[in-house]
Amino acid sequence: MDITVNINNQELEANQGEMLLDVLNRNGIKVPTLCHIKDAFPTGACRMCVVEDLNSGRLVTACSFPVELNMKIQTHSPRVVESRKTIIELLLSNHPDDCLYCVRNKNCELQDLADEHHVRNRRIRGQKNKQHLDISSASIVRDPEKCILCGRCVYVCEQVMGVACIDFINRGNKSTVGTAFHQGLNTSSCINCGQCIMVCPTGALTEQNHFAEIQQALNDPAKKVVVQYAPSISVSMAEELGMESGKDINGILNAALRKVGFDAVFDSSFSADLTIMEESAELIDRIQNGGTLPMITSCCPGWVKYAEEFTPEFIPNLSSCKSPQQMMGAVIKSYFADIEKLKADEIYSVSIMPCTAKKFEAQREEMTQNGISDVDAVLTTRELTRFLKLYGVDMFRIQPESTDSPLGFRSTAGKLFGASGGVMEAAIRTAHYKITGKELTKFQVQAVRGFEGRKEANIQLGELELGVAVVSGLANARKLLDEIKNGRKDIHFIEVMACPGGCIGGGGQHIGTSEEELKARMGALYRIDENEPVKVSHKNPEIIELYNKFLGEPLGHKSHELLHTKYNERKVLV
Amino acid sequence: MTEVQTILKKYPDTGRDNLIPILQDIQNNDGYLSKDSIIEVGKHLHMPTSKIFGVATFYNQFRFEPYGKYHIQVCRGTACHVLGSKTVLQELEKNLKIKAGQTSRDGLFSIEVVACIGACGLAPVITVNGEFHAKVTAQSIARLIEEYKALEELA
Repeated sequence: MDITVNINNQELEANQGEMLLDVLNRNGIKVPTLCHIKDAFPTGACRMCVVEDLNSGRLVTACSFPVELNMKIQTHSPRVVESRKTIIELLLSNHPDDCLYCVRNKNCELQDLADEHHVRNRRIRGQKNKQHLDISSASIVRDPEKCILCGRCVYVCEQVMGVACIDFINRGNKSTVGTAFHQGLNTSSCINCGQCIMVCPTGALTEQNHFAEIQQALNDPAKKVVVQYAPSISVSMAEELGMESGKDINGILNAALRKVGFDAVFDSSFSADLTIMEESAELIDRIQNGGTLPMITSCCPGWVKYAEEFTPEFIPNLSSCKSPQQMMGAVIKSYFADIEKLKADEIYSVSIMPCTAKKFEAQREEMTQNGISDVDAVLTTRELTRFLKLYGVDMFRIQPESTDSPLGFRSTAGKLFGASGGVMEAAIRTAHYKITGKELTKFQVQAVRGFEGRKEANIQLGELELGVAVVSGLANARKLLDEIKNGRKDIHFIEVMACPGGCIGGGGQHIGTSEEELKARMGALYRIDENEPVKVSHKNPEIIELYNKFLGEPLGHKSHELLHTKYNERKVLV
Repeated sequence: MTEVQTILKKYPDTGRDNLIPILQDIQNNDGYLSKDSIIEVGKHLHMPTSKIFGVATFYNQFRFEPYGKYHIQVCRGTACHVLGSKTVLQELEKNLKIKAGQTSRDGLFSIEVVACIGACGLAPVITVNGEFHAKVTAQSIARLIEEYKALEELA
């Protein structure tokens, strides 16, 4: 802190050159923003954060205005408040007035700001936006009429994900956010990660919803409706439900899903264990038999589509293992169907995922057996909360229950899949056992934990030194892959998650999650790993049983048929 | 080597500042910016196609469809505006069932909106393949288009 600035007649300390907004935030002065994203280069596009510079007499945007010596600022002078209100009124003037029907009703930044600024009548009547609703994508619905052109989705798509599937199109009052040549998202380079939804202040970007199909299945007495939920779900629903962040609601969730009417409740952490069995076997096989290295995980469907479009040269490096969602789906419609004496099409399989790309993955052609999808419908964390409300489940007055057998038990290694580095850690534990015949003395692999976008480590598996890397946020993945393309050889195994921090920060999670809340989720996963006894996938008794009774051995014939797949280059406009 | 690649060869520097000159060259050559040409430009400049499309749509000068056999320019300058060029444009769009910037499916007609073309005394004015038509009205437009269509049938 090298200078002081006068803000609201108070002397506040600041660093020369930092943005005014940062000084305000640090000192508890709340200035509304719409286009601002933390750590991103400010655009000043929305002008919500205007403050009055008393020296020049001008209104300046706090997000993009560096502090200077002898500055005098008023953040809530009548002129400022009036300007902000006008900006909101202008934004509302061409906005579709359908809040009651909007999925973001009561969780909308524009709505909140209108309320905070006491916009109580329609002073400005503008011409309403008339644009096409894009429902072409399996994951994401884009309604440009609700777009306020803040540009946050454009930033995230390009800078965080390295995809840049959308950008500002046209100019002036014809401006919109759209894809190249106005294609539907389905044929664009969109990887369905849903990070754009997470930053959208309004309902312009939302997920594809499958409530109707699921309800129909639940009402059909001839269907056995089975549900699975991803490892991160039980620790990331707290914010949606109004509970303390990082609370693990595993048991409550099981009970709630049964109340809704699901016939069997399974945990995708079980199939995460299954993925580890197959994936570690594949890794060892590749290392010992000269297969393509580095092997790259393929659990994340956003990453898989990215690889198919942007880095097809790395497709041979992708693990052939299906993701836990799809493995569970495949096992449900084969092994579980056999036990229940049902045909595959008599089962309706729902999964609850922190992710919008899982919706895309579930409908991929590769993820079917004889024309029947492994997974029939996918709900995001957000949708699950609404679905539970629809069925009148009170999450605060419900007795915890356990998952169903034989696909419900999980090791804590499988649970770790929910955070970036978890797949790696789980795979190292099992690979160590398979190579050396001994368990690790210390299970926690600290080097691959935490929120950094890239983590690297050298792991000693007996004689073998394994170079591993964990990346999240696909822009980080791209950098690592470029290094490998340019000749880096010390990495043998890479975990890639599209979303920063992994699935706990997925595009299907609670909108408006803070950094602290994300950390609480990650902490919850690590706590579970600390406290529970079965810490390795290969010791999961139900996994052992599954191999004994049905699959045979990892990479065996049955596994190959049900649990593995392959990917192809995808020609899209990148 | 494609024509686009010949153009790109003139710009060995792959900096983004070359984008607009490249797009102009391609449009001069092809008459419009095709999907394929934008893909090639993207590869050359290491830019996503969405960004290129965004830049190209920002400027009025770029088209994304080839010109029609009869390219109609509608003047929307001040004098023409005062004398009803907005209605003229609407009438054209209705008659040809295309919007400004588009080309009809049979490839015969395309419409472009231009600012003042320096013939204010003739307002409202349109040009067809560079030929001026003065003081146009809804009726005269319908007649004009019929004439061009008849010309096509003869050919």
